[in-house]
Amino acid sequence: MEFRKHFALLAVALGASVVSLSVAAVEPLKIGMILPMSGPFASYGKQIEHGARLYLQEHNNTFAGRKVELIVKDDTGVAPEISKRAAQELVVKDKVEILAGFGLTPSAFAVAPLATQAKTPMVVMNAASSSITTKSDYVLRVSHTLPQITAPIASWALKNNIKKVFTLVADYGPGHDAETQFKKTFTAGGGEIVGEVRTPVKSPDLAPFLQKIKDVKPDAVFLFLPPGEQTVGFIKGFAERGLAKAGIRIIATGDLTEEDQLDAMGDNALGIINSLQYSEVHNSPENKAYTAAYYKAYPKDRPNYMSVSGYDGMQLIAKTLEKTGGDANGAKFMAAAKGMAWVSPRGAISIDAETRDIVQTIYVRKVEKVGGKLQNVEFDQIANFKDPGKQ
Amino acid sequence: MTTLALQAGLAPVRRADHWRPAELVFWLLPVAAYFIFPDNLVLLTQIAITALFCLSLDLILGYAGIVSLGHAAFFGLGAYAAGLLAAHGFGDPLLGLGVAAVVAAALGFVTSLLVLRGADLTRLMVTLGVAMMLYELANKLTPITGGVDGLQGIEVLPLLGPFEFDLYGKTAFWYALAVLFVLFWVARRIVHSPFGLSLKGIRLNVGRMPALGTPVNARLAAVYTLGAAYAGIAGALLAQTTQFVALDVLSFNRSAELLLILVLGGSGSLYGALIGTIVFMSAHHLLSELNPQYWQFWLGALLVVIVLFARDGVMGGLRRIGARFGANGGTK
Repeated sequence: MEFRKHFALLAVALGASVVSLSVAAVEPLKIGMILPMSGPFASYGKQIEHGARLYLQEHNNTFAGRKVELIVKDDTGVAPEISKRAAQELVVKDKVEILAGFGLTPSAFAVAPLATQAKTPMVVMNAASSSITTKSDYVLRVSHTLPQITAPIASWALKNNIKKVFTLVADYGPGHDAETQFKKTFTAGGGEIVGEVRTPVKSPDLAPFLQKIKDVKPDAVFLFLPPGEQTVGFIKGFAERGLAKAGIRIIATGDLTEEDQLDAMGDNALGIINSLQYSEVHNSPENKAYTAAYYKAYPKDRPNYMSVSGYDGMQLIAKTLEKTGGDANGAKFMAAAKGMAWVSPRGAISIDAETRDIVQTIYVRKVEKVGGKLQNVEFDQIANFKDPGKQ
Repeated sequence: MTTLALQAGLAPVRRADHWRPAELVFWLLPVAAYFIFPDNLVLLTQIAITALFCLSLDLILGYAGIVSLGHAAFFGLGAYAAGLLAAHGFGDPLLGLGVAAVVAAALGFVTSLLVLRGADLTRLMVTLGVAMMLYELANKLTPITGGVDGLQGIEVLPLLGPFEFDLYGKTAFWYALAVLFVLFWVARRIVHSPFGLSLKGIRLNVGRMPALGTPVNARLAAVYTLGAAYAGIAGALLAQTTQFVALDVLSFNRSAELLLILVLGGSGSLYGALIGTIVFMSAHHLLSELNPQYWQFWLGALLVVIVLFARDGVMGGLRRIGARFGANGGTK
């Protein structure tokens, strides 16, 4: 039995290598994307897929001479067993050579051991916990980490006469991470945290928190809430209760005011200072081309940082394959991808050869009206910033 | 004389306990599925796990009539118990199952004291409340459970020594199927035993059972504890086969979906729980494959149609079809 099994495996392996030797160049490249396409995080999946397909379309669905086939699977958001099942099927049944996507951290964590086992490169396009890249040697990240986008806003506050900050974060993993990193950077630079609250993740009543902030009268509130309804509610309450008039400012990570959410917040969002890697109005020829192409392909949506992650994920795969001559073999692909640098719509970025995480410029922006549309206008930056969560 | 009469009276019950040919065919299906869908073993494994979870709800709802909207509490507890064991160096799968069963049963026993105090609506609230408390607890205890990010570092040792959990999911499949079959067999014995019959009696007329000398509360507490242990084992299986535990094992969503699956399949019938799971999860898989964005619409439509046209779920529908063709009904 054991012998037969080994023999069969050997035969399969031999057969596969013969096949791959002869037709590697012409065989289509399959990329399996695992994304939240339904449920509360469906907009993540939509934006990432938009970006990825846009890049494919611009490159005629061909990377390094190989036709690319994208297979998208829905993992419904936070459902790691579905993510894992999707990944396993993509690898075993669909024979994808590269896994990509991953909207939320648990889904990336669940798939990482499988990437190691199957020796399949895994390109993370949004999940933001710092430690994801340490879970498998086959993980690459093209989006951002939470500490990476949190530290710059704390440094900016210190430089701009904000001495006392009240932190308000949602009571879950990402919220805790943002709070920890903000406190770390802010107090190390001499700032003072004058109050901190963690609000329930599900439908909290924000009114008492707003009152408390008003009483404490900090220079600014550092805000981290799940994007969407809660953020909108907070911003509206903030204006209605006269906190803005009392001279309190809002500082936040830029995913709160990303382009998909901005229109829902309305004019109350004006003046929020935040930090993120991408803005629709980033001034570069690459971004102008990108946004133009985006609006042409998807006139109903606005390009945001997730769409750019999808776009750059494909760009990384394409550039790496050009380097390996179309070979997506795990070890070769990873070796070629490490240290890869290119110009993205968000600016110049690279993959850290050591951590396989992204190195990029984080911009400090302010919500303003540009041509009648709410936009994050960049006015300061920290160039080539590595993830501080790994130091 | 009296013993003879008693035996004659018990004859239909005894007969119900016999394995029918249709049941044997049913249990050959997963074996066939292994060869027909060798690339979908993870899905098949997860169907087996959900079926076991559904079976546990069927025991308490379908047989004993205890409504629960928080059954995920036991599932999640089992998953975390097995996951934490494996993450701290005790990766033996069977040990994990055992510990998960004991821990979940303990919680089941304690909460049964609360659950038994009220009627249906109160029970809904209590079960829901217990599950919510556990969810929040797991969220707060981030250093232990990993919180929203999930519990990582689970390393499950090879099963029984030689069988490692492989990339293709073969070991996981046979493991989950074997556990499901054994526990199903046990459940089948239980529901056909005098104990199981007394549960049915309690569901049908709780007022008369004490008159027959049945200790109602003790019976209900026992089956609730048993159901909790089953759910805990299902949770442990999920933790071991995916090597990951996320907060959503305790979510309300999971409890509610389970109730839906059981109603879909037909509660009060062990096979209803299994068939409901197979129908629901296959439909979920196929529809989301066809249309990753809007599959939930079609799933909803399918559920409405089944519930409208097949009373008592798929099992009820099958039974009626069976009766129409004069065969001796569906299997129970």
